[in-house]
Amino acid sequence: MGRKARYIAAFLLLATGAAGLCVINICVGSVSIPVKDIFRSVSGHMIDRTKWRILWDIRLPRTLAALILGGALALSGYLLQTFFHNPIAGPFVLGISSGAKMTVALTMVFLMGRSVRVGAAALISAAFFGAMVSMGFVLLMSYRVSNMSMLVVSGVMIGYICSAVTEFVVTFADDADIVNLHNWSRGSFSGMTWDNVAVMAGVVSAAFTAVFLLSKPLGAYQLGEAYARNLGVNIMLLRTLLVILSSVLSACIVAYAGPISFVGLAAPHLVKSLLGTARPVLMIPACFLGGSVFCLFCDLLARNMLAPSEISISAVTAVFGAPVVLWVMIKRNREKVL
Amino acid sequence: MGHDKKKQGESPVRKYYFFTEKMSVGYNRKPLIENIEIGLDKGEILTLIGPNGAGKSTVLKSIAGQLALIGGTVWLDGHSVRLMTGAELSKKMAVLLTQRLRSELMTCEDVVATGRYPYTGRFGILSKKDRIAVKEAMELVHVDDISSHDFNRVSDGQRQRVMLARAICQEPEIIVLDEPTSYLDIKHKLEFLSVLQKLQREKGLTVIMSLHELELAAKVSDRILCINGGYVDKFGRPEEIFRQGYIAKLFGISSGSFDDENADMELAAPCGEAKVFVIAGNGTGRNIYRGLQRQNIAFATGILFQNDLDYPVADALSVCCIAAESFEPVSDDLILKAKEKIDRCVSVICCRQTFGTFEAANRELYEYALQSGKLTILKTLKSEGTDRPWQK
Repeated sequence: MGRKARYIAAFLLLATGAAGLCVINICVGSVSIPVKDIFRSVSGHMIDRTKWRILWDIRLPRTLAALILGGALALSGYLLQTFFHNPIAGPFVLGISSGAKMTVALTMVFLMGRSVRVGAAALISAAFFGAMVSMGFVLLMSYRVSNMSMLVVSGVMIGYICSAVTEFVVTFADDADIVNLHNWSRGSFSGMTWDNVAVMAGVVSAAFTAVFLLSKPLGAYQLGEAYARNLGVNIMLLRTLLVILSSVLSACIVAYAGPISFVGLAAPHLVKSLLGTARPVLMIPACFLGGSVFCLFCDLLARNMLAPSEISISAVTAVFGAPVVLWVMIKRNREKVL
Repeated sequence: MGHDKKKQGESPVRKYYFFTEKMSVGYNRKPLIENIEIGLDKGEILTLIGPNGAGKSTVLKSIAGQLALIGGTVWLDGHSVRLMTGAELSKKMAVLLTQRLRSELMTCEDVVATGRYPYTGRFGILSKKDRIAVKEAMELVHVDDISSHDFNRVSDGQRQRVMLARAICQEPEIIVLDEPTSYLDIKHKLEFLSVLQKLQREKGLTVIMSLHELELAAKVSDRILCINGGYVDKFGRPEEIFRQGYIAKLFGISSGSFDDENADMELAAPCGEAKVFVIAGNGTGRNIYRGLQRQNIAFATGILFQNDLDYPVADALSVCCIAAESFEPVSDDLILKAKEKIDRCVSVICCRQTFGTFEAANRELYEYALQSGKLTILKTLKSEGTDRPWQK
């Protein structure tokens, strides 16, 4: 009984948190929009023209993007942590985000140089390719180093190499593109359009469904591969699916918002502590909501702390995410001593 | 086996419930042990014994499908295990490995419930029937009292029993266990094996496991497979294995000795000329022998009947054990031989307080030693000054 109540309470908290933050994110900004205007506009009534533009063209897509991509980030982090049996894994620390960033930057500079419009499909494919390349390196390393922290170190190194290449490419890009590219390569939710939101919603919801359907074998996989195999799980297939799904999720995020650190790393741990269980069937949806809450909150700060100028979203996520990582490491260390 | 005759001529695949046909096991396509043929009837307990690193775990992992076979086929109830799907096999075979099960924020009950995996639906939600199976399995191995404890924080013994409960609620027909009793204390070792026996009797569970405790292996197993680094040395019933110094050979025991009949072991005997003669019998001498061994004092002992409780220990530890054939009168020659030994010893310990009718020979030795003034009589082991009588 106690456990069930806790699960329900946790989900209620996350859902209301996400909904509440959505509303606040839309309301607050250089031009504030009263809550009642939002509801009036959404229900089809006329409101002030400027406010309408800000609401529909800027705030709503941006908020939805933070909601969707935040969830995707947390989910991708959760998958990677499960895959490597490593609590400090995530798309950013393992260099997967940076790999995707590199290929996206290369593609954009290459195509823009030829005045070709970069479509969503090209963007996401490029990001996916980059994510898979980084993932390939990390996998190779994981066969050679069994040590948890060494794996993370190699991921960080891969990240540095990819970022260096990206910097190089951005420096040589045309002046007009640089501003955009530079902003994006630091990670930001700004400049989202409804088209963007539609594509990311499609990709992320497909990936989410696939992950959720894998929750049973994931639960067995958490016990260790030998026990999962004995329970009839096809390990190779599951591992392949995990690699692809986490890469798709990371790629989608990077393609639209650039690399965002610490959400994938920290959100799953916070959610796990909240739920008091690691069962995938609960963790997967809760993780998604948790990531959304985390990102919405951080984006709110990024936009408004030094308004009118914006801070990079990664700066904010790091401030809240890094202590979580430290807390996780201290907690695990203490448990080993016990 | 009464039905063995009837089955003669049948192919072993159909004759046995579990059969490994020309099984070769190893890592990275390099065979470590080749052509293993084991046949088991349903409800038999097979134990793998052998020195460390001989390949017991490799064989078990291969049988359990954790390691790809290098060659051959494992047959289970007439079906090739390789052709079974993971889901089919998971309802027939459970494992308990030395590798620790990872658990995060899981109670013991959660861990046990993972055994229900093959029976739950798409999302692994437990039904009422599953919950009953979990509860019953936990009661069977007496871990129901710790069901809400964190699995990572229970003792090794408890953890192993929780793992057994987990395997039980998988409702397997065959269970593969790699050194399941290694971290258990004696009470829990016995309890653990008793549960296996109970399942074997009540549900016809077939058990394949490796044990380091030879004394337990000799008692619980229907069949024993002896693996000696690279090849299967012997496969047979315990009474065929535990005989004539075979175990000492299998393990290459060079310091100390293993008594196959009693599945008991002794440390290396002190060597050199015997300094002490021990008059013993009826099990009174064993602890004195071991005490002398600890002090590294070479000793002779006698006269023991070969069926005396003291005899196996005396045989293992003494420099010279004067033994008489069981149920026969002691010959004068032996008495003479014993007296000569006493003459050459510095002191004599007598463990017997009274001598029975058929111990006349030892009474004679006692009196002989008394006259020579070398005698120490052991009253009770604990009484003052006598716990190390040879130091006098």
